[in-house]
Formats: sequence, C-alpha cells, structure tokens
Amino acid sequence: MEIELHHIHKRFGPVHANNDVNLTFHGGRIVGILGENGAGKSTLMKILSGYQPADSGEIHIDGQRVIYHGTQQAIQHGIGMLQQDPLDVAAFTVLENFIYGQPGGQQLPRKAAAEQLSTISRRFGFELDPDTPCYHLSIGQRQQLEIVRLLALGVKTLILDEPTTGISAEQKQILFDALRELATKDGMSVLLVSHKLEDVIALCHEVAVLRAGRVVGAKEMPATTRQLVTLMFGQELAPQTRTRENLQGRPEAVRLDGVTLRGKRLSVENLSLSIRAGEVIGLAGLDGSGQELLLRACAGLVKPASGRLYLGGHDMTGQSYRQFLAQGVAFGAAGRLEEGLVGGLTLTEHIALITETNTVIDWGRARQHTADQIKLYDVRGRPESRIETLSGGNQQRMLMALMPQKPLLLVLEQPTRGLDVDSARWIWEQLFTRQATGAAMVFSTPDLDELVTYSDRILVFYSGQVYEVKDATRTTIDELGRLIGGHFEEQTQ
Amino acid sequence: MKKPSLGLQVGLTVLPIIVSLAITAILIIAAGADPRAVFEKVLEGAFRNSRSFANVLNFLIPLTLVSIGLVVTFTAGLWNIGVEGQMMMGAIFMTWGALNLTLPEPFQLIAQILIGMLGGGLWALLAGILKTRLGVHEIFGGVALNALANVLSIYLISGPWQPPEGGSVRSTVPFRPESLFTVIAPDFSVSLFALLIVLAALVIVWLALRGTRWGLQLKATGKNARSARLLGVPTTRSALSAFVVCGMLAGIAGTHRAITVYESLRPLASGGIGFLGLLVVLLAANRILLVPVITFLFAVIVGGSTRLKIALQLDSSLSGVLQETLVLMMLLFAGVRQRVLTRRDTSSTPEASPSTPAEAAHE
Repeated sequence: MEIELHHIHKRFGPVHANNDVNLTFHGGRIVGILGENGAGKSTLMKILSGYQPADSGEIHIDGQRVIYHGTQQAIQHGIGMLQQDPLDVAAFTVLENFIYGQPGGQQLPRKAAAEQLSTISRRFGFELDPDTPCYHLSIGQRQQLEIVRLLALGVKTLILDEPTTGISAEQKQILFDALRELATKDGMSVLLVSHKLEDVIALCHEVAVLRAGRVVGAKEMPATTRQLVTLMFGQELAPQTRTRENLQGRPEAVRLDGVTLRGKRLSVENLSLSIRAGEVIGLAGLDGSGQELLLRACAGLVKPASGRLYLGGHDMTGQSYRQFLAQGVAFGAAGRLEEGLVGGLTLTEHIALITETNTVIDWGRARQHTADQIKLYDVRGRPESRIETLSGGNQQRMLMALMPQKPLLLVLEQPTRGLDVDSARWIWEQLFTRQATGAAMVFSTPDLDELVTYSDRILVFYSGQVYEVKDATRTTIDELGRLIGGHFEEQTQ
Repeated sequence: MKKPSLGLQVGLTVLPIIVSLAITAILIIAAGADPRAVFEKVLEGAFRNSRSFANVLNFLIPLTLVSIGLVVTFTAGLWNIGVEGQMMMGAIFMTWGALNLTLPEPFQLIAQILIGMLGGGLWALLAGILKTRLGVHEIFGGVALNALANVLSIYLISGPWQPPEGGSVRSTVPFRPESLFTVIAPDFSVSLFALLIVLAALVIVWLALRGTRWGLQLKATGKNARSARLLGVPTTRSALSAFVVCGMLAGIAGTHRAITVYESLRPLASGGIGFLGLLVVLLAANRILLVPVITFLFAVIVGGSTRLKIALQLDSSLSGVLQETLVLMMLLFAGVRQRVLTRRDTSSTPEASPSTPAEAAHE
C-alpha cells in the first residue's frame, strides 16, 4: 500500500501546525517522523489516522484519492494509529477489549476471537493472557494488545506515537522485532513518531523531518545522530546582530548550588549555576531532556531534591511558587493558553487578579488599568471581553501585559512557540524591555536561531546531563547538533 | 462566540419546564389520576393556610442555605457532595451546645448556631484537606464523610446522648424552649431570625463573589486552577475556604432543620436537603440570584405534595418524580444549548485540556 499526502494544511488559531506537507509512504518500510515538539508531526499523524481533518489537502491511497471522517473510517482504509496512551477499557479483560474493538462488537463469537487474539500474539511473542483485566497490564502490554487489535482489523499502515516511552527494554525489543517483521514480511508501512533518535536509528529505513509545520528534509537510513540533529534544526545559523553588554560586576540574580532535580523520567544531578542580573541563559536539548526541570525549579514549581537555590541572595530552597513570585520571578509556561490564562474570565478580571491587592476590588480602577494595558500592548479586545474570545496572538499580548514590569528573573518555556516571525520578534522586544531593567532570563527553545540570537550563555541538556557551550556567540550548528545528540565527550574541554 | 437570539434563550429556559411538566402529567395519567387535580392539590398543599405555608418556608430555609454554600464550592470548581454530612455535623455540634450549655434566652440559640457552623465548617475542611493534601477526590471523600456523620449521630443518640428513659435510637431528649427558634405566630411556626440569616447569607455571598478578591480568586481557581496558580492565586487556600464557607452554611441549615423539624437530634436529620441543594445549584447554573427562586419552587413542590396522599391517594414521592424530571430536563437542555452555541461558533480551536476541579488541589 502506498500513501501520498498532498499539500496538507492545518491551522490552530495563529499556529500553522501543518504547512503544505507533501509526503509519500511506501509499503514494507519503517519511516521515522522526526521533529521537535510543536513541529507538527503529531498533527500530521492525527490527520492521517482520521482523528482530525486537515484544513485542506488530499490523501491518496494507491493512487486513489480517499476522504475519511474519524478513526473508524481510516481503519477501513487500512490506516491505524497506536496512541501514546493506549485506548483500552481498564476494567475489561484483554479478550473483551479485543472483541469490543471489532466491528460487530459483542456479537462476535468469543472462541473465534480468542483464537485470533492468541494466533497474532504468538506470532510476535506478545504475552497477552486473554482473561487478565487491562488494569493489570503494563503500558508495553497494552500497546501489544492495541497492535493485535489493529492487525485483526486489517490495518496495512501502522502509526506509532512515541511508542517507547514508559516501556521496558525487553518490551522495546519485542516491539521493534514485531515492527520489523510487519514491514519486511507483511509489507506494511510503519510510521514511527519519535524524538528518541536512538530508536529511530535502530529501527527506521528512512526518516522525514518536520520543522515549524513544514517538511524540511528526508533521508535514507542509516544516518548518525548528528546528521539527524542537523536535519531537525537546520543547516546554519542566522548572522548575529544583537550586541551583548558586559555583565561583569552585575549582581547575582540566581544561584544554584549542587542542585539535584528529580523528574518522572529522568533527573538532573548536582547542577551548579550562577546567573547575573540582565543575563540571558538559553536552554537547548531535545524535548524532555531535563531543561523543563531546571526552568520549573527556577520558578519554584519543582523543589530541589538536594542542593540550595538562591534568588537575589535569599535562600529560596523549598519555598513555594508564590514566594518565588513575591521574590520577583515571572514564569511563562509553554502551554500558554492552558497555563497562564483563565478561560471564562474577562481581561479586567485577569488584570484585577494581578493588581488588586485589597479585600474589596475596585472594579472601576481595574477596568481603567486594563484599558491602559490594552492600549500599551496593542491588544485587540475590550476590558469586558472574555479571554478565550481573543485570537491567539492577542492572548499572547495579554500574557505579556500580565507579566511584572521589573522582575528579578524571567523563566520562559518556549516563549515564541508556534508564533510567526513578527509576533516572535514582538515578544522578544517585550522581554528585552524587562531585561533592560536588570531582569535575568532563562528560556528554552527548540529553535537554534532563537537560541544563539538571544542567549548570553547556552546550556545543552541531554537525558538529564547538562553541558555549557563554551562561547555562545561563536557556536556553530555543528557544535550544538553534536551536543543536543548527547556527544558531550567529543568536546575538547 | 455569538450571542444566541433572545427567542432561543427564552425557549431553552422555558421548554425544559414545559417538557418536564408534560412528562410528569403522563406519569400521573399512567398512575390513573388527573394531572390537573394533582397540580391543583400541590398548590393547595403549599398555600392552603398559614400552617402549610410555614412548612414550605421551613423547608426553604435550610435548602436555600446549603444552595448558597454550594454556589461557593461550585464557583471554586468543587463538587461538595459532602454537604449532607456537613449539615449533619452542624446538627450534631449544635446538639452538644443544646445539651451542655445554659445561657440566657437569645444567647443560647445564637451559641448553638455558631457551634453548628463550626461543626459543618470543620467537617467540610476535612473534605478539603483530604482533597488538597491527600489527593482524595472531594466526591469520594464527601460520600465517606457523609456516612461517617450519620454513623456518629446514631452512636451519640443511642449512646452518650440517649434520653434518661434509655434505649431508643430515635432521638435525643427534646431541646429546652430557649434552645429553639422563636416563631412568628403559633400557627405560623417560622422564625423571622432564620429568614434573616438566609437573606444575609444570600446578600453577603453574592457581594463577596462579585466584589472581593476572595471571590475573584475562587472563580479563577474553579475555571482553571493551573493558570490561576501561575497567576499567583493561592488555589489550595481558595479551595479550602470555599469548603469551609459552604460547610458553615450547611451547619446552620442542619441546625435549623434539627431544631425546627425535630426539636432534637435524630439520625438522618439532614433529610437529603444537601443533595437537593446540589440539584438546585445545577439548575441555577451557579447564578446565585436564581437560587432562591428555584428553592422556593422546590419547597412548594415538596411541601405541597404532602396533600396528595390524603386528597388523591397518590404517594407524595410523586413530588420527587417531578423534581428529578425537572432537573433532568434542565440538564438535558443545558446540553442542547451548548450544542446549539458551539455549532454556531465554527472557528477551530486547538485541543486544550479543559480544567478540572481535580487540578485545584495540586500545589
């Protein structure tokens, strides 16, 4: 089976998640879909699997244009997707989940279904006891069940979204063997969405790379981590324009002394760092390499397991987020609309939350204040508009209006994620008006241009390890690519 | 989002009432009675004389109090199912005061009410702490605490607080006269003081929710706790304060109910009023000024249907059927309204996880 994607577009508000994507997938091959978080790979796979429609564009299967609505119809066309969280019913047994996932559902004869389940499981070495309730299964086993279910439905193209997250090494081996067999023996297409490059290198025949919604490259495997990173992040850096101030002698804004941070999947051990007032620290690394732990620790949202953390000379170790706020920390989360703005509240109510500190709110004053901020930040909206009625770009402006004018430290997760060039530049202008008042800044970004343009110093994260780039102003895409891929040892110290 | 036309708005509000009346009428016909006679009897039962209207008001008072309290917890995004137990705990604490304190006339009752508020507030705080500190969802915690409050009342009535004549699980000794509310007239046994408490609670909570920092923080916590927290709202404290305020109002409600209806402590004294309050607030869509309108309607239906048995040989539980149908229809039409609105609003939005009250806890 051959699948062609023609000119696929998908927009979410201001974000062009898929921008004219053209790709062809052939049977018998395992294709890695690469890209940083927000590159548009999940969006594309959801379109292909019928989970959501494209805004425009066509999908062709074996030369014929197909249109389908919903995952059921996609499966009828032979395309099935294994979600990151397998979609089973926890209280049902393996066999029940298998049966209810088939058309005809409960009417299917149990015995025949059990037969089919065990035949497919045995072929791939999946250990699935039909009578075990699903809540007893590990994520790996639930994945296996889902694969068996999709295969029984006659799927010819299997899409897997980050399948190796949270499964054991042994299960990963079983999974990879099964995928290889499906591709080579059964001639199926397997599409693997992942930003774990070692998995992609181990498994894939070819890769397609997305960046900011566009296909920016494709490559036959084998390839090295470095080559893949270069594909993901681009070939060269934009010329440097920002002049950097001399920060020697500025007071220390933030200090970490041997801080250890424990996350769900990895930990950052024994990190020491000093950030001066006005200094901008950029954090690089593949998504989920530990940079978000450092950011959230700087904002007081993650408490260090050991070590000490100082803000402006005060020991803040173990203090609450609100105390960090009081100390002058401003935090901007990556998911801005989920973390930062409150849907259902008006602009005035947002401003009042920040500025009205008396027991009784002076709504007149809050409204005036809001009107001023709307003017200052050029927000298209009225004080009494609910925040969710604003466009994404205007919500972004409103978030900036909510940030303190003279913070001690700005902590920003991907501050320009999904924004167009002009909006991104506007955000950075706003951030640098704060930096000019002496605010230190720590930010993460998947965009290496952004990283080198704005950072005074760059820290690269790889699976919890941290490496500081020697000279952030003279680094190259090659050096960054190597570091992001985890090759710290090749660096001459 | 565009505003729906006025006609559509009114239609979506009036239609569920008409539909539920129609459904109940069909049920009444099926039961072999005349629906018109039933509705007449209900109205007669509620407004026949001052005594029957007093019954309506004495049901209205605790129901409105818990409903006002529940508006607070709903605003904070909390499902305070434990409100029933909080009423019970209010009644239990109040009974301790009634049995052990001896104060001059007005102070005895005022002290009992305050102790009742303390009981309800503490029981609610416990549900809040279970949620915010131990991650027990307030629905499960509330159900458990409801059961616990009931068991405690039975233990106290049959144990430490049993009447001297002994052995009964029915009730404690009747309260002394100075422990009771002063009624307006012998055949209109409604306390003006209690009515004033309801009015005061309504006005204070209404003003607090719209005009204070506390109210705004509650609203933000309820709508998106994660964002609220990042904006500096103390979401845990907000949630706990909502629980306590609701619990205190439920405490007064339980106090009023035990004193007015039983003049003693009885098991299940809360009588399901807390749960009914949840339905009231759902129907009012959390708009506090609608609450007294709906509680009045419910009180009329409940108070009036006691006549059905005598007049038409119909069980008074028919009133329950009418209430629940009404609630069901209202919720159904709320869903219809949502659909109508979203269909009109065709702009695409990125999938964002809606905030849930469960997130309010994690700080």
